[in-house]
Amino acid sequence: MHPRTQLAKIWDTHVVADLGDNAYLLHVDRHLLHDLGGSRGLLDLKQRGLSVHSPHLTFATPDHAISSAPGRVGTSAVGSDLLQALREETRAAGIRLFDINEPGQGIVHVMGPELGLSLPGCLIVCGDSHTCTHGGLGALAFGVGSSELAHVLATQTIVQRRPKAMRVSFEGTMPVGVTPKDLILRLIGEIGAAGGTGYAVEYGGSAVRALDLEGRLTICNLSIELGAKMGFVAPDDTTFNYLAGRPFAPKEAMWERAVADWRKLPSDPEAQFDRELTIDVASIAPQVTWGTSPEHVMAVDQSIPDPSAIADPSRRGGFEAALDYMGLRPNQPIIGTKVDWVFIGSCTNSRLSDLRAAAAVARGRKVAEGVRAWVVPGSEQVKRDAVAEGLDRIFLAAGFEWREPGCSMCLAANGETVPRGQRSISTSNRNFVGRQGPGARTHLASPAMAAAAAIAGAITDVRRMEIA
Amino acid sequence: MMEKFDTLTSVAAPLLRANIDTDIVIPISRMVGNATRGSLGQWCFSALRYQADGSENPEFVLNRAPFRGAQILITGVNFGCGSSREAAVWALKEMGVRCLIGSSFGDIFFNNCFQNGVLPVVLDRATVESLAREVEASQGAGRISVDLNDLTVTAPSGTRHAFAVEPKRRQALLEGLDEIAITLQRAPEIAAFQAEDRRRRPWVYSL
Repeated sequence: MHPRTQLAKIWDTHVVADLGDNAYLLHVDRHLLHDLGGSRGLLDLKQRGLSVHSPHLTFATPDHAISSAPGRVGTSAVGSDLLQALREETRAAGIRLFDINEPGQGIVHVMGPELGLSLPGCLIVCGDSHTCTHGGLGALAFGVGSSELAHVLATQTIVQRRPKAMRVSFEGTMPVGVTPKDLILRLIGEIGAAGGTGYAVEYGGSAVRALDLEGRLTICNLSIELGAKMGFVAPDDTTFNYLAGRPFAPKEAMWERAVADWRKLPSDPEAQFDRELTIDVASIAPQVTWGTSPEHVMAVDQSIPDPSAIADPSRRGGFEAALDYMGLRPNQPIIGTKVDWVFIGSCTNSRLSDLRAAAAVARGRKVAEGVRAWVVPGSEQVKRDAVAEGLDRIFLAAGFEWREPGCSMCLAANGETVPRGQRSISTSNRNFVGRQGPGARTHLASPAMAAAAAIAGAITDVRRMEIA
Repeated sequence: MMEKFDTLTSVAAPLLRANIDTDIVIPISRMVGNATRGSLGQWCFSALRYQADGSENPEFVLNRAPFRGAQILITGVNFGCGSSREAAVWALKEMGVRCLIGSSFGDIFFNNCFQNGVLPVVLDRATVESLAREVEASQGAGRISVDLNDLTVTAPSGTRHAFAVEPKRRQALLEGLDEIAITLQRAPEIAAFQAEDRRRRPWVYSL
């Protein structure tokens, strides 16, 4: 058999029908629903007189529209309605719901891996573009729209065009202060927000092999900001050690059988990719975005770029509009830019390792005067684990707010916004115009960089801080 | 039944800024809830279309007389990137847009368009920019025609540009086909797949 990529292997395993012209009907192994679109999909189906094809392969949790305030106070009327509808419609359809205050509840892309619902080699979809996150486990996972979501509910399949294969190798050792978030932001800076459009991206190289599973989830999470609907890492012992014993992971003989199968998933050594590139990790500094697209990213110790140096008028205009929106001037250092808000959370960076990294910076220090700093754990389980090791007390002592799990201020679907004109440093994934609220100015960075900015009251280089 | 698309002749509004994401197309605050469809058109592009006090931004292309009501948008690279929200397509459609002409689109947005009878046309960047220059020069008087039957875009000058659409997608748009109904005809194949797959990968099903 000719050498195959991991993409080809997983794809071929899921083909129910070849529809011609590069389109396939694929089986969906896991369908995750959330409060923003889950009940709507189920109601649409009901209205059409259809039932859910495979409710036992479908799982739901509220994350987008619920309040992250302690005690969940402040969930809006529409947020409450969506939660209620999700409860009613999942119950009626026989779909397992992980409800608030219950272990298992959390941001879909945090709870899926954490529960062992997301497995290597699985095809996973969800009505959310950051579904690519689950690729960190070696799954083929991608976001879908409402119509595709309804199609999956009704048929447990999806019609997809096979993407091209790209391999990105991160080689070398990550310098101190540099995190998985910095690696993927650097890649987006290199090839642009459309650099991965039409591709499924496989992340490899010595730096990725050395990463823990949570770091791999972070890298895969930002695939969509590269334009790639899906991104993944080859499963290995790190993956299997992470999954072993998780509530929904296979057990005993079934586990052995699954692992034997998963070991065959990585791309064959001679497999051909449509595009390959290598990033030298040793040369990467902590990254921070300066503009309104994740491709507007820079090393924290550099100066804000100058649009007048750009020849392409459309690109130059984009830079000018972004700087204007962000209230920044070219050729100035970004270090020292005052921040009003700090958000540590989101499906990108809200797992235990992220909170540990932020707490290591916050320990024994104080949030700067006038700065509001939030820590929003990614799931109920992350929250409980963090509390068990005292991270909440470190954050609270430093003046951070410790909140309930959910998407919160990453996209402000629950009304938690950064006020107009105010500046936020955020561990989330999108610095889009208005993303964190109308007129809000967002800088993306790693948890350590965000915590450092909270302490300094301004964007700062975390490498200059002493961390115990 | 999806709304059909076959031909369209309209004023075309140039919106060439790169990376217009679906958060810009429809902000989250206007789409949360199960009853927001039908009210999205007025909020389409709100960050660009309205000023902080809620008044219209006169600079924004869709607020300028010839382009208001354009059914075709000429878009910059990577239009529709970001969030998977299908409400972005619903908002565009509610505002009257039925066709976008650009050099690249976000993958999920591109799929969502085809699910809603909206045609995204991919042309090379130089052609997209020349179309934008023509409609700007004519101040909207020059109309663009898009024909899904013969797969051509006709510029105001009369120049015709061929484009490609995957045959199945073209047929679905021309006939207003419903993808769920089509797939449901394959129910026996899906059942057979699951039965075989359950033997091959039992851990996927034994939850």
